[in-house]
Amino acid sequence: MHIQEELNQRHVLSLTVSNEAGILARIAGLFTARGYNIDSLTVADITPDHGVSRITIVTSGPPKVIDQIMAQLDRLVPVHKVTDLTESGPFVERELALVKVAGIGEDRIEALRLADVFRAKVVDTTIESFIFEITGTTDKVDNFVGLMRQIGLVEVGRTGVVGLIRGKDAI
Amino acid sequence: MAEKSGADILVECLLDLGVEVVFGYPGGAVLPIYDALFNHPTIKHVLVRHEQGATHMAEGYARSTGKPGVVLVTSGPGATNAVTGITDALMDSIPMVVITGQVPTQLIGTDAFQEADTVGITRHCTKHNYLVKDPARLAGVIHEAFHIATTGRPGPVVIDIPKNVQIATAPYKRPEPVAHASYHPQTKADAAGIDSAVEMLAAAERPVFYTGGGVINSGPEASTLLREIAALTGAPVTSTLMGLGAYPATGPQWLGMLGMHGTYEANYAMNQADLIICVGARFDDRVTGRLDAFAPGSRKVHIDIDRSSINKIVDVDVAIVADVGSALADMIALWKARGHEAANLSGWWAQIDGWRAKKSLDYAENATDIMPQRAIADLYTACTATGKDIIITTEVGQHQMWAAQHFGFDAPNKWLTSGGLGTMGYGFPAAIGAQMGNPDSLVICVAGDASIQMNIQEMGTASQYRLPVKIFILNNEYMGMVRQWQELTYQSRYSNSYSDSLPDFVKLAEAYGWTGIRIDGPADLESGIRAMIDTPGPVIVDCRVAKLSNCFPMIPSGAAHTEMLLDPSQVKGSMTDEAKALV
Ligand SMILES: Cc1ncc(C[n+]2csc(CCOP(=O)(O)OP(=O)(O)O)c2C)c(N)n1
Ligand SMILES: [Mg+2]
Repeated sequence: MHIQEELNQRHVLSLTVSNEAGILARIAGLFTARGYNIDSLTVADITPDHGVSRITIVTSGPPKVIDQIMAQLDRLVPVHKVTDLTESGPFVERELALVKVAGIGEDRIEALRLADVFRAKVVDTTIESFIFEITGTTDKVDNFVGLMRQIGLVEVGRTGVVGLIRGKDAI
Repeated sequence: MAEKSGADILVECLLDLGVEVVFGYPGGAVLPIYDALFNHPTIKHVLVRHEQGATHMAEGYARSTGKPGVVLVTSGPGATNAVTGITDALMDSIPMVVITGQVPTQLIGTDAFQEADTVGITRHCTKHNYLVKDPARLAGVIHEAFHIATTGRPGPVVIDIPKNVQIATAPYKRPEPVAHASYHPQTKADAAGIDSAVEMLAAAERPVFYTGGGVINSGPEASTLLREIAALTGAPVTSTLMGLGAYPATGPQWLGMLGMHGTYEANYAMNQADLIICVGARFDDRVTGRLDAFAPGSRKVHIDIDRSSINKIVDVDVAIVADVGSALADMIALWKARGHEAANLSGWWAQIDGWRAKKSLDYAENATDIMPQRAIADLYTACTATGKDIIITTEVGQHQMWAAQHFGFDAPNKWLTSGGLGTMGYGFPAAIGAQMGNPDSLVICVAGDASIQMNIQEMGTASQYRLPVKIFILNNEYMGMVRQWQELTYQSRYSNSYSDSLPDFVKLAEAYGWTGIRIDGPADLESGIRAMIDTPGPVIVDCRVAKLSNCFPMIPSGAAHTEMLLDPSQVKGSMTDEAKALV
């Protein structure tokens, strides 16, 4: 007997939640307990009184599972609203990465040239290294990191995705 | 404003919330609360013998009265012992509030004596939980906890209160109801769903109502409405294990329970229906059998208060997120407003009568053994003859299924069983809780010889509070349900399923000051049952039944409704790996 797997689609979910102790554990735990994927999860409070946080989760699964994830999140008591950005029209998604690259001579110049193409900023430098700050979609960051790997990637820190729906209205 | 200690605030809140009974067990981290409850004039504390017992008592109390069950336990082992009952309440949607003591706030996280991360441990087996670090927040949290436990899809809520918070003081005034920032269960259905459901029902040729525990949870009114809509439409009604009693077993449109041990007619009706109206049930694997063969030619309407239950397992055509009672009332009103009449379903009923003729619940009897089904049937007859209000609880196993099949329930809240979690050890404490809430009812726990031992210590609780509960053990000297699966799947290799070294239940009864009765053979059955019912105090009956009986009908895991086994001759004794891997 072999275990069967299903085809997955990537979805970006945006949640507003009461900013209370344990909320992150509640949400992350729901994903592990029910066997859902988390590709990335970001959280920060977004109101002046620090009462509400926005959590952005990138997950993947078949449509039926995504629908379940939405419903399961929605029934957690501290969750105010759950939106599937991927389903609710055009949206903007960004993540930020810090990318440390070491090298000398031609490699250094190539790294700077690529950074320019990707509109990455140099935020730290030594004679033998750079730290680049790059913002963009996950794909763009992946591509940049992939190229830097060929030059002399040392390490990467990524924030994970945040997203908002396009246009004047809130979700 | 006068200040009160956290413990006094808690007790004050319980009073405000109308709590009459608390099931609990003391310990270091709840001593301040126990002191506040000392000789309390209105809140009765039931001292249990094990915290798991307290949780199931609270469940039994809640399920039989419709009020939330309240539990009070200490930190560490008190809280961890409660986890099984909390999980059980989550799976079966039972309103329950569990108050746990915690080490003082300054010791949290230091591995202090009897410290356990109670909110961490119970995060995923509660509807919600709280750690309250400030006595000023206590009143708000307690009121909110009861609101959450009892509204929407009911469930257990844990409030963890550090010991110093129980002692520290804060101003107290009864909290005003405030709209919750994020918790707003939808109880009223959208009109479009009701409209579609009514039109589909009016047009259906082979409709079935598939009902579940949600009808019970919605309150007795929902059962009345279910009966009304069944009568208006003429459609047959089946139910899950959790929903028994919502539609009367003596009612003309009753098909019996569906699912793994459901009747032939219920499962075939589901299989052949053109319309399934699912009312407060959740397409559990015990009900659907093999999913790709489940009700293949039907359209489906699903009424549930929990949106996450809809389209979770089975895709439906019409989703109605609402309280069952409210949705049924809306459907009935619209049905009448449109002037619909019950369609002529005589062809459908003729088909159903054909399936009924299989008499799938029949069993063979002999002169020497009590068949367990017969024991339940006789118990039912004897109970009905008393004219009393009867409440039946069960443990988990074959006896549970036989009770579901052969005892008839005509009203909601009279059948208490652990469905979702299938917790052995549930039934007896649940009976104690039910008896606390229904002092005049005849409360009987139908038990198995193995299950009863899981919380047997609660006999002391029943003695202490003079609760006349009856335990009716179908003693087959086996973990019968395990043995049955081993017979079906593992060529009768009975690995560790024999109940060796059973206690003498009659002597045990006497040791606790109960009455013990042994029923050895068919000749004693009726008189033994009668003696149990007529004996005023608590009674344990050791009813010796046929040891190797199997529970039929049975849809093996992963099989279709139409692949039901009806009797022992159909048992092959082995299964494919795919089937073995299913629960
Ligand atoms: C706490 C717990 N442990 C294990 C099981 C698995 N289990 C289900 S039924 C059963 C046997 C029950 O035996 P008994 O109480 O004698 O009932 P019978 O099936 O013989 O009627 C077991 C072990 C369970 N349901 N609950
Ligand atoms: Mg047994």
